[in-house]
Amino acid sequence: MGLLYDRYSPIVYSVALRVLGDAAAAEDVLQEVFMQLWRNPRAFNSSRGALGAWLGVITRNRAIDCLRRRRPETHIDDVVVSVEPDLASEAERARTIAKIRTTLSSMPVGQRIALEMAYFEGLTHSEIASKTGESLGTIKTRIRSGLLALRGALAQ
Amino acid sequence: MTGHEQYAEDLTLHALGVLDKEDIHTLEEHISSCSSCRRELLRLQDDAAWLALSTVGPVPPARARKRLLESIAREPRIPRIVQKRAFWAMAIPYGLAAALALLTVFFRSEIVDLRRRMTNLQSSYSAQQHELTQARDLVNTFTSAEAKHITLVAANASPQPQAKAFYLWTTGRLVFLASNMAPVSTARAYELWLIPETGAPIPAGTFKPDAHGSAVIVNPPLPRGVEAKAFAVTIEPEAGSAAPTTQPIMIGAGE
Repeated sequence: MGLLYDRYSPIVYSVALRVLGDAAAAEDVLQEVFMQLWRNPRAFNSSRGALGAWLGVITRNRAIDCLRRRRPETHIDDVVVSVEPDLASEAERARTIAKIRTTLSSMPVGQRIALEMAYFEGLTHSEIASKTGESLGTIKTRIRSGLLALRGALAQ
Repeated sequence: MTGHEQYAEDLTLHALGVLDKEDIHTLEEHISSCSSCRRELLRLQDDAAWLALSTVGPVPPARARKRLLESIAREPRIPRIVQKRAFWAMAIPYGLAAALALLTVFFRSEIVDLRRRMTNLQSSYSAQQHELTQARDLVNTFTSAEAKHITLVAANASPQPQAKAFYLWTTGRLVFLASNMAPVSTARAYELWLIPETGAPIPAGTFKPDAHGSAVIVNPPLPRGVEAKAFAVTIEPEAGSAAPTTQPIMIGAGE
């Protein structure tokens, strides 16, 4: 578990911190996510994808639940992520992260904000529309276009 | 997504887990019957998973690692799993042994029952074979060409034509034995008639006596359940008649 922690804790902690904006709360989520992995390692199916990406999704879901002061809504057994590569290699991880960041930063601001509000704040499109003053249709389109742009960039 | 554009944006929101609750039901109903949208949803979930990596940078404080490892050390994970496995490791062989014992008892009782049934069937088969042999012998005695039909009459009396009909009305079975019958011309034959309690006579077979004047009819086609008031014999065309065309030369009522 120590090795796994050393390799993947930056991902888990960063995601929790990004969602919660609070170091202590992020640390709690970090603990919780790794304890879940320790107690139920079979929840992760290595044949279905990368552990780093799976932990990122688990962390994001748990952090949003914390943000909204609610009980966990998604059980870790229900989370399936089949993206590759594993990002175990530092160089591979660095290249992928750079590509994602470049794609996000090159998006129109409104599109990136809508996508990030949905992903990191767990806001529905109605809530985003309400906060940004944009129409529901615009928000929906921006979120979808943003995600497809990311798909396209990573496919290259 | 061709043909499913109306769901495309909701699929994206659902992949991110942020679709409004009132829209989730409609989308999931569609997804349940649309493999194309199910695949697209999984793909969008994978796309969304990459977003988490955009945050990588901050590292957790060193105390977090220590805290986690201490928590794990306090967690009775290995003993619990060993206990669990030990229980099953012990329980499975016992369970299998019990199941095998039950199966053995079950199959043993089945074998005993099958043997008993087989013995009964063999006894029944032997009895039926014996009865069948007796019946064949009896019929052969009546019908064999080698069988001699002898009619005994009072001493010094000349033999007279006579016949016996054995009839079981419930099944329509009939055995008819005739003796001392006079020969009939080539184009003619004797015809036996069942005369019911009510209604017209029913044909019960034609016959020509052998060289000794004997004849036998066994089970001619007769309807079941017809009670006989009498039996009669007439002389008819060789092929038989549907109704008597001559006066009876023999007639007898039941005894």
